[in-house]
Amino acid sequence: MENLYEITRDPISIEAIVKKVEHPHAGAINTFIGTVRELTHGKRTIYLAYEAYESMAVKKLAQIGEEIKKKWPDTRAAITHRIGQLKISEIAVVIAVSTPHRNDSYEASRYAIERIKEIVPIWKKEHWEDGEKWMGDQLEKVAYPTGKPPKGDE
Amino acid sequence: MITLLLFAELAERLNTKEMQIDASGKSLKEVKEMVKEQHEGIAHVIDQSMIAVNEEYAEGTEVLKDGDVIAFIPPVSGG
Repeated sequence: MENLYEITRDPISIEAIVKKVEHPHAGAINTFIGTVRELTHGKRTIYLAYEAYESMAVKKLAQIGEEIKKKWPDTRAAITHRIGQLKISEIAVVIAVSTPHRNDSYEASRYAIERIKEIVPIWKKEHWEDGEKWMGDQLEKVAYPTGKPPKGDE
Repeated sequence: MITLLLFAELAERLNTKEMQIDASGKSLKEVKEMVKEQHEGIAHVIDQSMIAVNEEYAEGTEVLKDGDVIAFIPPVSGG
């Protein structure tokens, strides 16, 4: 049984992730590729360092896959996130989703990346010419008064 | 004893990824307050963090037992 949800330190093969969701019932495979951006609000990034709570991150990626299957039946999802030091334009995450019809593949793919930013314990540290900082999307977007992230609507 | 895992900014500021804490029978919330008192410099980061017990997000009321592994999860930023 191949692993649909992985954390890796190596470069990600897009083709390999797509292969995992290929299926005779699929009429569409949508891929999302997250890459390292050089400029954020005018600030120049030199490189990024990603860190993960690996065992829990894999579980949370699998949870996202389960949530997707409930919301969009007959969907197959595979997600690999890379950690370690990444240069500009390198691939940080690949999400592949196959569905019977194309519309669901776009929606499920979008759902996966948004959920990654909410519940998967992975952290990004931006390194600039003049400094460095741990980033946190929760800070920018959502507060968690209870200490727990929002549940996927089940 | 319980194990406390630290990541990202918390691990960096405390210069360790793991701590052993004598906190069996205490609630998550009590442990959080305890660590905040011992490390005031990072109290605000702990306040922003989610907490996991044995790799699952948990509420503050949960009571810990020997061998539990808890983790402070600072705001995540994958993707």
